[in-house]
Amino acid sequence: MKKLINRPEDVVKEALEGVAAAHAGRLRVHTDPDYVVRADAPVQGKVALVSGGGSGHEPMHGGFVGMGMLDAACPGEVFTCPTPDQMLAATKAVDGGAGVLHIVKNYTGDVMNFEMAAELAQDEGIEVAQVVIDDDVAVKDSLYTAGRRGVGATVLAEKICGAAAELRRPLAEVAGLCRTVNANARSMGVALTSCTVPMAGKPTFALGADEMEIGVGIHGEPGRERRKLASAHDVVEELATAVVEDLPFSRGEQVLAFVNGLGGTPLMELYVVYNELHKLLEGRGIAITRNLIGSYITSLDMAGCSITLLRLDDELTALWDAPVNTTGLRWGA
Amino acid sequence: MRANVTREGVLAWLHAYAAAVTENREYLTELDAAIGDADHGSNMDRGMQAVLGRLDGPSAGGAGGVGALLKLAGMTLVSTVGGAAGPLYGTFFLQMGKAAGEAAELPAAQWAAALEAGVQGVQMRGKAVLEDKTMLDALMPAAEALSAAAASGLSLADALERAAAAAERGMKATIPLVARKGRASYLGERSAGHQDPGATSSWLLMQAAAAALTADAPPENPEA
Repeated sequence: MKKLINRPEDVVKEALEGVAAAHAGRLRVHTDPDYVVRADAPVQGKVALVSGGGSGHEPMHGGFVGMGMLDAACPGEVFTCPTPDQMLAATKAVDGGAGVLHIVKNYTGDVMNFEMAAELAQDEGIEVAQVVIDDDVAVKDSLYTAGRRGVGATVLAEKICGAAAELRRPLAEVAGLCRTVNANARSMGVALTSCTVPMAGKPTFALGADEMEIGVGIHGEPGRERRKLASAHDVVEELATAVVEDLPFSRGEQVLAFVNGLGGTPLMELYVVYNELHKLLEGRGIAITRNLIGSYITSLDMAGCSITLLRLDDELTALWDAPVNTTGLRWGA
Repeated sequence: MRANVTREGVLAWLHAYAAAVTENREYLTELDAAIGDADHGSNMDRGMQAVLGRLDGPSAGGAGGVGALLKLAGMTLVSTVGGAAGPLYGTFFLQMGKAAGEAAELPAAQWAAALEAGVQGVQMRGKAVLEDKTMLDALMPAAEALSAAAASGLSLADALERAAAAAERGMKATIPLVARKGRASYLGERSAGHQDPGATSSWLLMQAAAAALTADAPPENPEA
C-alpha cells in the first residue's frame, strides 16, 4: 500500500482536522461525535439538509456542506456508515425550525442508522423527512435483495434540494423534490483498478492488468461482469446504454450528464468519456443541457468512472443553476 | 439459581455475551467474509467492550433496574457498532428495555414478553422475515420457545435452555438459505452454503442468557 498517510487508523480523524484547518471560515468541524456543519448553521427558517456516509468518497459529503447545498455531513470510518448519535447531533446543530431532510444512500446500514437517528430527533421535537437514493442500474432491483445502491444521483439531489431550501421551500416540498431527482436519475460505473482501504492495506478485489469491472459499486462491490478492458467508446456505449434504457430516457428529452471520476482517473480521461457520451446521446436525440465533469463521488484511489443522467425540466434546471458555495462545488456565489 | 431476572442477572448475561463475542471474534468475521464484508466479529467485539465499559463505569450508577441496564446497552451498541448490526442489536436491547420497564425483577413470562418485544424491534428495523438468512432466524425461534416454556410453567433456567437450543437449530438452518436481506443478498444463490454471521452472534447471545442470566452473581470483573 502506497498512501500519503501517517497511521491507517488516524486517516479519517486527520483528514477532518485538515478540513477544519483549511476551511474554518466556511465550515465547523465537530469531533466526538464527528460531523461537519456550515459556519452559519443553524439558518433560521430554512429546511436543513443532512447527509452522511462512510469516508473515502470525498468530496462527498463534507465537500458539499455550505450555502446552496448541505447544512451538515456525518462522516463514518472508511466505507462504514456513521452512527445515529452523530446524525442526531448534526440534525440538532442545523435545525433552524423548519425541519430537517436526511438524504440517505441505499445501503442496509446507512438506511437503518438514519432511521434510528430520525426517530431520536423526532422524540426531541425536530421534524425529520428522509429520502433514500437508489440510482445504480448495475444492481437488479428486486424483492429479494437490499435494492439498488445510491451513487451519483446523491450529488445532484444534494445540490438541487439545497437550492430549494435556500428559497425557503417547506420540508415536504424539498423532500418531494429529492424523490423527483431520484426517480429521474440513473447511474452506472466501471472500475479499471480496485481501491485500497487504508486499514486493510491491500486492494479490496483483484483485477487483472487488462481487465475491467462493469457495474462496480463505490465500495468495490462486484458489478455485472468482469471482462477485457475496452476502448472509451465501447465502455461508454455499454454504461450509457444501460442507463438510458433503464429509465428510459427518450428522444427529445433534456438531461444533465454527470461524468464522475472514482478517484484514480485523470480529468483528461473523463473528458474523453464525456465526448463519447455526448455523441451517443446526440445520436439518440437526447440533449445534454447541463453537465458536471470531475471526481465528486469517489472510491478512494479506484481508477474508473461512473455516468449519471438526470432528466431535467425547467424547475430542476433553475435549481441546478442557483448559486452554491461549498468546497467541492461552487458557482454564482 | 434465580427464579426471576434481576439487575445482577442481566449484568452477568451482558458480561457472558461480551466474553463469548471476544472468544468468537475471528469465527464471526470468517463467516462474514464469506458472504458479507468481514467485519461482524470486530464490530460486535468493539460494541460489547464499550457496553462493559459503560456498565462498569459511573454512568451505570446504582440506580435503574433491568430495563435501564438494557437501554444503556442498546444505546451503547447503536453508537459504537456501526453497519447494520449496530442499529439491529441496539434496537433489540432498547425494545427489550422498554418492555421490561421499571420492574426490579421479572418472572419468566414477563422476561419472555420482553424478549418478544426485542425481536419485534429487530423485525421492524430490518424488515426481514423468517428464512431471509438473518439474525431473526435464531432470535424468532428462541423467543417462541421461551414464551412457550414460560407459559407451560417451566423454571426460568429450563426455559432459557430451551430458547438457546431453538436458537442453535435456527442458526444451523440458515446454512442452505439464500440471503434476501443485507449485503449478502447481492450474492444471490452464491450465499447458500454459508452459515449466517448475524444468526451466529444471536445464538451466542441466547446461549449466554442460558449460562448466566440465572446465575447468582456476575462473574469477576478482571479490572475491578
